[in-house]
Amino acid sequence: MSDLYTNSGPVAGQLHIGRLFVATLRRDLMLSLRRKSELVNPLIFFLMVITLFPLGVSPESGFLSQLAPGVLWVAALLATLLSMDALFRSDFEDGSLEQLLLSPQPLYVVVLAKVLAHWSLTGLALTLVAPLIAVMLFLPAQGMPGLLLSLLLGTPTLSLFGAIGAALTVGLRKGGVLISLLVLPLYIPVLIFGSAAVQAAVTGLPVAGHLALLGALLAFGLVLAPLAIGAALRISVSG
Amino acid sequence: MSEPLLKAEKLFCERDDRVLFDGLTFSVAAGEIVQIEGANGSGKTTLLRILSGLSRNYEGCLYWRGEAMEQVAEQYRSELLFFGHQPGVKALLTPEENLRWYQALHPSLERGDLRFALEQVGLRGFEDVPCHMLSAGQNRRVSLARLYLSKAPLWILDEPFTAIDKRGVAAKEALIRQHVDRGGSVILTTHQELTAVGAVRSINLDDQEGTR
Repeated sequence: MSDLYTNSGPVAGQLHIGRLFVATLRRDLMLSLRRKSELVNPLIFFLMVITLFPLGVSPESGFLSQLAPGVLWVAALLATLLSMDALFRSDFEDGSLEQLLLSPQPLYVVVLAKVLAHWSLTGLALTLVAPLIAVMLFLPAQGMPGLLLSLLLGTPTLSLFGAIGAALTVGLRKGGVLISLLVLPLYIPVLIFGSAAVQAAVTGLPVAGHLALLGALLAFGLVLAPLAIGAALRISVSG
Repeated sequence: MSEPLLKAEKLFCERDDRVLFDGLTFSVAAGEIVQIEGANGSGKTTLLRILSGLSRNYEGCLYWRGEAMEQVAEQYRSELLFFGHQPGVKALLTPEENLRWYQALHPSLERGDLRFALEQVGLRGFEDVPCHMLSAGQNRRVSLARLYLSKAPLWILDEPFTAIDKRGVAAKEALIRQHVDRGGSVILTTHQELTAVGAVRSINLDDQEGTR
């Protein structure tokens, strides 16, 4: 009986948490990097929406530069939304999610690591290519810092909020449409402040206020969303 | 050792207007093997999911070491190893990477030698092969390798022998035996005869099935 495990208390637990976070982050990044098609999907979608806009609306530079902040943000938002469904899907299907929920470690940590992995391959990637693509839409150079910063602060929030929807719908056969309906209302504040920040940067107005609001949303999401995601996952798996 | 490890009291579960079991009461003591029996669809997996804490669609009470399950959920989870219907093996990762993550997830898994565990389940030489290149049985073996690392007192195993060859089954039975000998408990479902594990208590869910 002596060599069986017994709960060793909170002190040992804290050491595990850091390791768990790193291990989950590494695992999810590794998985995404081995599934290249899914990796480039959001980026290609982003690029396609942006290229189609001048073709469909008007290639005139003055018009496009006015449209650019909104179009860039909408495209980034939809690209994130598109990638959300896959976040927990494969874990659910192969049973890893059950194992994850049965871990004695705080679910908060695992969920946060998963969202961070997801963000760094969607939101962060989108943020990095956005200035390049913004040039195609004739976004004035003074708008670039606003665009970068607003996406940097806004896209993690999109991933966090989106993960709540993904967690709620993971048990359903076809969660794709439902997830959009659930998550879009949560995305709207991010979209408003995000594109407003770019807009303000373009016109030379101070962007700090918009960025502060985006930061506040992110802080709110970081603290509360993982709890909601964890609870939603338990419900989905329990059903 | 008078206190049973796990106690279930008056469990009731209903699925799609069909009562799977009603008033199911039993306990599992340390060093005991309990086999859940029943026809397909009698609720074996459902019961195991309830016992593991995954499913909450039930009425009744569960106790772990004499305390209500909700109070000690975290402790319970740290002392439990669950092997479910799906093996929980990522197809794009190698067996070793899969097990590494489990070690981080469950402190009750020994930090010990992964290669030893993989060798025990007959996956020597496959450590670096992505799991999607392995057969169904080998994939389950990857997950079963956790048993060789586990120090958890309670194992809940749902059909652990599916797709495992004869020699593999014999090895798992020996392992279960060993686990029981050191004071662990096992709750499992299987359609195979358990031959080499010693005393097995069985709970038949067919008797419980209601048509109300």
